Amino acid sequence: MGAAGSNYINHEKGLWSWLTTVDHKRIGLMYFITIMFFFLIGGIAALGIRLELFSTGKTIMDAATYNRFMTFHGAIMVFMVIVPGIPAILGNFFLPIQLGAQDVAFPKLNLLSWYVLMAGAAISVGSLIFGAVDTGWTFYTPYSIDTENGVIMMVVGVFVMGMSSVLTGLNFIVTTHKLRCPGMTMTKMPLFIWGLYSTSILQVLATPVVGITLLLLVTERTMGVGIFDPKLGGDPVLFQHFFWFYSHPAVYIMILPAMGIISEIITCYSRKTIFGYTAIAYSSLAIAGVSFFVWGHHMFVSGQSTAAGLIFSLLTMLVGVPTAIKTFNWVATMYKGSIRFDAPMLYAIGFLFVFTIGGVTGIMLATSGMDIHFHDTYFVVAHFHYVMVGGTLLALMGGLFYWFPKMFGRIASDTLGRWSFVFVFCGFNITFFPQFILGSMGMPRRYFDYIPEYETLNKISTMGSWAIALGFVIVLIAVIKGIRSGEKAGPNPWGAKTLEWTTDSPPIHENFKEIPTVTGGPYEYR
Amino acid sequence: MSTVKHHVAHHFRDHNHEYESSKQGIWLFMCTEVLMFGAILVAFFYYQAMYPESWKEGAELLDWTKGAANTIVLLTSSLTMALAIYFIRVGKRQAAIMNLVITLICGCIFMGIKYMEYSHKFHMGIFPGKFFEYSAQTADLNLYVSFYFLLTGLHGIHVLLGMGLITWILIRIMRGHYGPEHWTGVEGVGIFWHLVDLVWIYLFPILYLI
Repeated sequence: MGAAGSNYINHEKGLWSWLTTVDHKRIGLMYFITIMFFFLIGGIAALGIRLELFSTGKTIMDAATYNRFMTFHGAIMVFMVIVPGIPAILGNFFLPIQLGAQDVAFPKLNLLSWYVLMAGAAISVGSLIFGAVDTGWTFYTPYSIDTENGVIMMVVGVFVMGMSSVLTGLNFIVTTHKLRCPGMTMTKMPLFIWGLYSTSILQVLATPVVGITLLLLVTERTMGVGIFDPKLGGDPVLFQHFFWFYSHPAVYIMILPAMGIISEIITCYSRKTIFGYTAIAYSSLAIAGVSFFVWGHHMFVSGQSTAAGLIFSLLTMLVGVPTAIKTFNWVATMYKGSIRFDAPMLYAIGFLFVFTIGGVTGIMLATSGMDIHFHDTYFVVAHFHYVMVGGTLLALMGGLFYWFPKMFGRIASDTLGRWSFVFVFCGFNITFFPQFILGSMGMPRRYFDYIPEYETLNKISTMGSWAIALGFVIVLIAVIKGIRSGEKAGPNPWGAKTLEWTTDSPPIHENFKEIPTVTGGPYEYR
Repeated sequence: MSTVKHHVAHHFRDHNHEYESSKQGIWLFMCTEVLMFGAILVAFFYYQAMYPESWKEGAELLDWTKGAANTIVLLTSSLTMALAIYFIRVGKRQAAIMNLVITLICGCIFMGIKYMEYSHKFHMGIFPGKFFEYSAQTADLNLYVSFYFLLTGLHGIHVLLGMGLITWILIRIMRGHYGPEHWTGVEGVGIFWHLVDLVWIYLFPILYLI
């Protein structure tokens, strides 16, 4: 054990000690810094897109540049920010501590997955040298076979980042199974762990499929193997099947840990035991299970059979059931609780609102008849932003403010936290709600221009994006101010009940002075 | 029998805890391999249903005796791999080393036969993708050939990786890192090698016989 005042941050010193660390907490912080950097780049691309769409015709960039901005925004945000985001940052930091473990099962593998992500990101961004990719983040064939050469590098980069995702998921599954402290049965685990665990299963089982698909795309471009090329007897729609076999579970990779965070925050700030622990825990697994059988809802207009469309439509609606179970349980947890509206709780409540809108519009899109009308319109764009940004990012921000004292030993300003919420939440709705209307009016997605009838709503949407940006700037200020001069935090500033709050803030290198023994559940407030 | 000094990582209770965890990790990794090969096989069967004549012509191009020989070679190597794990667990290090060396040799024979098959194909102008020069009787033979090279190529890469891992394990055994007290790495590589074998057991009938 280190001397008094020793913690994981000052346990060792120097940049080298960080680059070679196998401490899950330090690796979590390294992910935090790098992913926030990617988020900044992806966000700038997003602002560029919205600025171009501010008025009809060319506003700041031409159509070709717009396509590249759009692709980069999508690829960066999906593969470098939202997929790794919560598991790699907060999961790495808190999964072992919440389980009462001293580290993840394979600490060296954990460090390796950080380097693999960095390598993948470098390769992806390096593809700019060979002509920026303009395919959209989905790399649909046959266009991706014929367009700029940057596709090869971009796709290899995504493959490499996928490996990082697999390694993290594998590590978390083994940690959850094998490293729980005495007394910590599977049904006493915090719900954040259940979210991470379900996500990890998806990462391990779904990612290899997109990995091989992207490699096939590379062989297609380099050797012309013809599997996805209709000129050579191949079928480009098969690429869509394979791609969505991963990429639909991937959206649950993004949302399940977010749902875990919401469970933590809502119990803590309602001072109440979670309502329906078992239902929430198993609904995570249910979502993970169903997610493998719904990919066809991305392809209602691709020429798949009506029967397939009908089955995929029904299966997709099935996802609504466990998701609704969670939502109702969260609301029931808040019922008659002593609710405090601190920044994390505001983010959690914001999540409930926007995620529900995202979920309900998801059911609309799952109805194959309606999807014919909505397909490839801004309605879809609005829907998945309500889920990904309104779901995952709001939860990530809430989790960040919630666990900030534990990570850095200081409390981030709650005032700034609340203001950031106001701007992010309002800005988000101003940006994306008009897109539902635009979509139902028929505005197609991915175009750099539109007819004059759509202009007013597009202007509103673009102005909203500035408010979101301002909100995230406030988050950044809150984080920097919090680290530099925030009020010192005790072990448990929020009076929460899970294990990470029983150790020092910031935790010592070994996490706990002695391995804890668990006797009760994770949320025994009252 | 010499004692093995193995330091159990600090976050595990004891050696068995570490062993069980590592093994679970390796099995999960095997799941990813199965899904990766599984995806290509789905595509393979899809096109087989679409172009049955080309698939028939393609299978007839392949020399099933070489494929069968390779199957026997890999099955033998799996046996010796399993024996190596057994011997290291009971402390017979020399026997373990012998068996691992035989496994390695089997891997080399496999790749040798594969090399013969490939060069024969190249000689006939059967190349993957756009390099295809063979005068085929059916229109979509090029797709079958692409699949043949993709599947066997990806499998071959796994054989080479496995051989690299076995070499690494051999060196570690010689340095006395593994013994009856600690054999996690040997078993892990063994599981990987069996998977490589298993993939081939599927590839052989799918490509050569059906």
